[in-house]
Amino acid sequence: MNLILNPTLDEAPPLRTHRGIVTSHDFLTTPPAAAMMQEGLDDGPDFLSEEDRGPRAVNVDLQTDATLQVDISDALSERDKVKFTVHTKSTLPNFKQNEFSVVRQHEEFIWLHDSFVENEEYAGYIIPPAPPRPDFDASREKLQKLGEGEGSMTKEEFTKMKQELEAEYLAIFKKTVAMHEVFLCRVAAHPVLRKDLNFHVFLEYNQDLSVRGKNKREKMEDFFKNVVKSADGVLVAGVKDVDDFFEHEKTFLLEYHNRVKDASAKSDRMIRSHKSAADDINRIASTLYTLGTQDSTDVCKFFLKVSELFEKTRKIEARVAADEDLKLADLLKYYLRESQAAKDLLYRRGRALVDYENANKALDKARAKNKDVLQAETSQQVCCQKFEKISESAKQELIDFKTRRVAAFRKNLVELAELELKHAKGNLQLLQSCLGVLKGDT
Amino acid sequence: MSQTDMAANSQRNPPPFPGSEDQDPLSEMADGDSDEGEDIFVGNRNPVAARTESFQPNTANGEEPADLFSEEDSGPAARSSNSPPGYKSSGVHSDDDSDLFAEASMELAGGGPSTAAKPSEAEAGPSPTTRKSTTQPMSMEQLEEDEVKDNFELDVAVTNPEKIGDGMNAYMAYKVSTVTTLPMFRNRTFSVWRRFSDFLGLYEKLSLKHSLNGCIIPPPPEKSVVGMTKVKVGKEDSSSADFVERRRAALERYLQRVVSHPSLLQDPDVREFLERDELPRAVSTQALSGAGFLKMINKASDAVNKMTIKINESDTWFDDKLQEVESEELQLRKLHTVVESLVNHRKELCGNTAVFAKSIAMLGTSEDNTALSRALSQLAEVEDKMEALHQAQAASDFFIFAELLADYIRLLGAVRGCFEQRMKAWQRWQESQSTLQKKREAEAKLLWANKPDKLQQAKEEITEWEGKVTQYERDFDRISVTVRKEVLRFEKEKSKDFKSQLVKYLESFLQSQQRLIKFWEAFLPEAKAIA
Repeated sequence: MNLILNPTLDEAPPLRTHRGIVTSHDFLTTPPAAAMMQEGLDDGPDFLSEEDRGPRAVNVDLQTDATLQVDISDALSERDKVKFTVHTKSTLPNFKQNEFSVVRQHEEFIWLHDSFVENEEYAGYIIPPAPPRPDFDASREKLQKLGEGEGSMTKEEFTKMKQELEAEYLAIFKKTVAMHEVFLCRVAAHPVLRKDLNFHVFLEYNQDLSVRGKNKREKMEDFFKNVVKSADGVLVAGVKDVDDFFEHEKTFLLEYHNRVKDASAKSDRMIRSHKSAADDINRIASTLYTLGTQDSTDVCKFFLKVSELFEKTRKIEARVAADEDLKLADLLKYYLRESQAAKDLLYRRGRALVDYENANKALDKARAKNKDVLQAETSQQVCCQKFEKISESAKQELIDFKTRRVAAFRKNLVELAELELKHAKGNLQLLQSCLGVLKGDT
Repeated sequence: MSQTDMAANSQRNPPPFPGSEDQDPLSEMADGDSDEGEDIFVGNRNPVAARTESFQPNTANGEEPADLFSEEDSGPAARSSNSPPGYKSSGVHSDDDSDLFAEASMELAGGGPSTAAKPSEAEAGPSPTTRKSTTQPMSMEQLEEDEVKDNFELDVAVTNPEKIGDGMNAYMAYKVSTVTTLPMFRNRTFSVWRRFSDFLGLYEKLSLKHSLNGCIIPPPPEKSVVGMTKVKVGKEDSSSADFVERRRAALERYLQRVVSHPSLLQDPDVREFLERDELPRAVSTQALSGAGFLKMINKASDAVNKMTIKINESDTWFDDKLQEVESEELQLRKLHTVVESLVNHRKELCGNTAVFAKSIAMLGTSEDNTALSRALSQLAEVEDKMEALHQAQAASDFFIFAELLADYIRLLGAVRGCFEQRMKAWQRWQESQSTLQKKREAEAKLLWANKPDKLQQAKEEITEWEGKVTQYERDFDRISVTVRKEVLRFEKEKSKDFKSQLVKYLESFLQSQQRLIKFWEAFLPEAKAIA
């Protein structure tokens, strides 16, 4: 399907200006923007945009603001790829211009992320998790099935379903744009990572980066690497840490990560059921409509009114499910990935610690044998430095992680509650007015 | 409470039994609940004269007393005003409407001085409607007007399902409680214990007697071997509790529909069902009995028959109606499937929400920031409450909406059934006509052959068949009138039913949204308090 989805054209311009404003506290700026887009779809009041502009203005970190702003200003969805237009505004001297854009694809984001991971210098930082691959398969399948089943349903049903599926596609599309943007913004906000050369290349180099997706062999290699890493991780985790802070963090993160994983999966299931229920209400509405149009008796008029009501409540229910998805499910998913990144950091530190301890042992051995002492000493020094460097930055990173997490949860839970209330009140109003009319008639 | 209300409010608790028998009937009439102050306390203490005041409440309740007065010709009403005790045992059976009519006209003559209005006013609800079924010459408009006066004083409720016995011989007994002021019953309030097969038995009896007249007999809820087996085996889980509740509600609605049907209420079987302490076991309703098989075979042959007949008539009303009924049934079935799917999805949502709530609670405990931890556990509580909400909503979806649809799908089937009966009556008439024709031809042939003795027989047969033709034609006309009336009545009831049930459903939805608002409003400050 060749669908050109241009979010900025659909929605109010405000989306652009505040997308780049991000601090290390405010990671989830864009998913609310996605929600905003969804709201715009259904011509509800642009509730979130006002909401977001407020607190964001407070959270703005002026330092990051002026020097480097990154956002995804445009996106194009083609058959099986999505092309993101990454737009940068910067006053840093390393860039040739102050403002420029490039087109990037998902694989290039992954390349950037991997380059961070593999860079030893960044071992002591929580690497912002990579954005998930854009996955339109499910949506595409549904649209295809709809196309095939076109003959079997009425024209109205078909157009209705088509609209819904298109809306779903649009929603997924916007979400993936938001995820990619969040990744870039996190990198841009990080005091060290933003200076990375690869990052600058990513932002500026306006030719194709020639980053091909990993072929099968490389994927297999990755797989094995992961296996080794997790085995090693277990070993490393077993080593008791002298530092209480890190020991506590280790246990905490492990437990937290598992529970977030669980909560994320369960929230997905819950929201899916909610969507199915909303779909059912849709079908009820159309069947009632058919019943209502069969005759013009007053019971038929009644049916028509109820059908209309159900149409409207279904829209609201669908929005409730979508908002829950955005505020709750996405939040949990993101923190699943971030907590994994934090765990990775701890693993790297643990690895460094083990290396350091091994180097110490080797040094002792060498001193005892009085052989290769210098070599052992230098390697011990290196390990020591590495370990201490990692430890230092890791501590700060983990504290930041906590702060960010609490702030994000707060923001999203508040927004979730407010949205639930807004929708429930909307439903209530619809029901009250409809019941008023219906009871008045009978 | 009008009969239609009764049919609709299946979840209603049994009405509070009225106080002592000495309660002032007038004040009872003024009570909003009691039906339209129609004077049913005939044969009771209060002098007939006092009844004049009762006309006021009548009009106040939007009745059309004018109509009552106009329906002079039929006065089976008069019967009961003269002999209430004898009424029950008088053996008046509403099945044979023509007899009632005959009896009534005699009585009216004897009823005398009390204004004709009085006896008809004095009569219980059944009378206006029994009248309707007997007076054929009435115009269609009058028929349709009559439908408005659906009022009498009888409320029935089915409660307290109890498991009797054990193992595979166990069964559920239901308490059937009646509150009535109709004179044909011995008491004002009474209750009996009935089991499911009793209800089915009642349906069989009514069906046998009345379906031939073209009445729409309300069908009972379906048998469910699986459901009952679970109950018998003693599985004490929510699904068997649901099943019992569903059945109880369905039985209640079934009975309410039966008693709100004017002719059926007159049937002694119905009275017996409501009143008699011990009913003989209805064996022919067992699924695997010989009678059961016979029924199945009959049904199958009926199905084949009805495909082939088409009545030629100038009045397309019946044809049109039948088509309407069929297409409506189709739509209702579709709607029912979707509503069931909604119920399932909501139940799923319910389960998933509960699971999610636990998961969030766990997350909350591992969160080390205290404010966030508290907020998360509050969120878990909110989600728990949402689960209860979804559960209630699913129940409402089911008991109010889905069951309504299921009931009407069955009822529409019964409506189709009465059209079929009319079809059969027409068929009989046509067949008798062709038999008559054949007999006449035979006679003509005999005339030719000149066999005097056989001729005599042939002439007798012709007279016999002429009589039959006339009778069947009359039957057909009568059944046509009945069917028409029944369908109109059914449509009114259906309209009321649907409206009231849908309104109820929407109200429950409204309530759930209100509670939802409360929950989230309680949560919001907690979320804001995170620091």
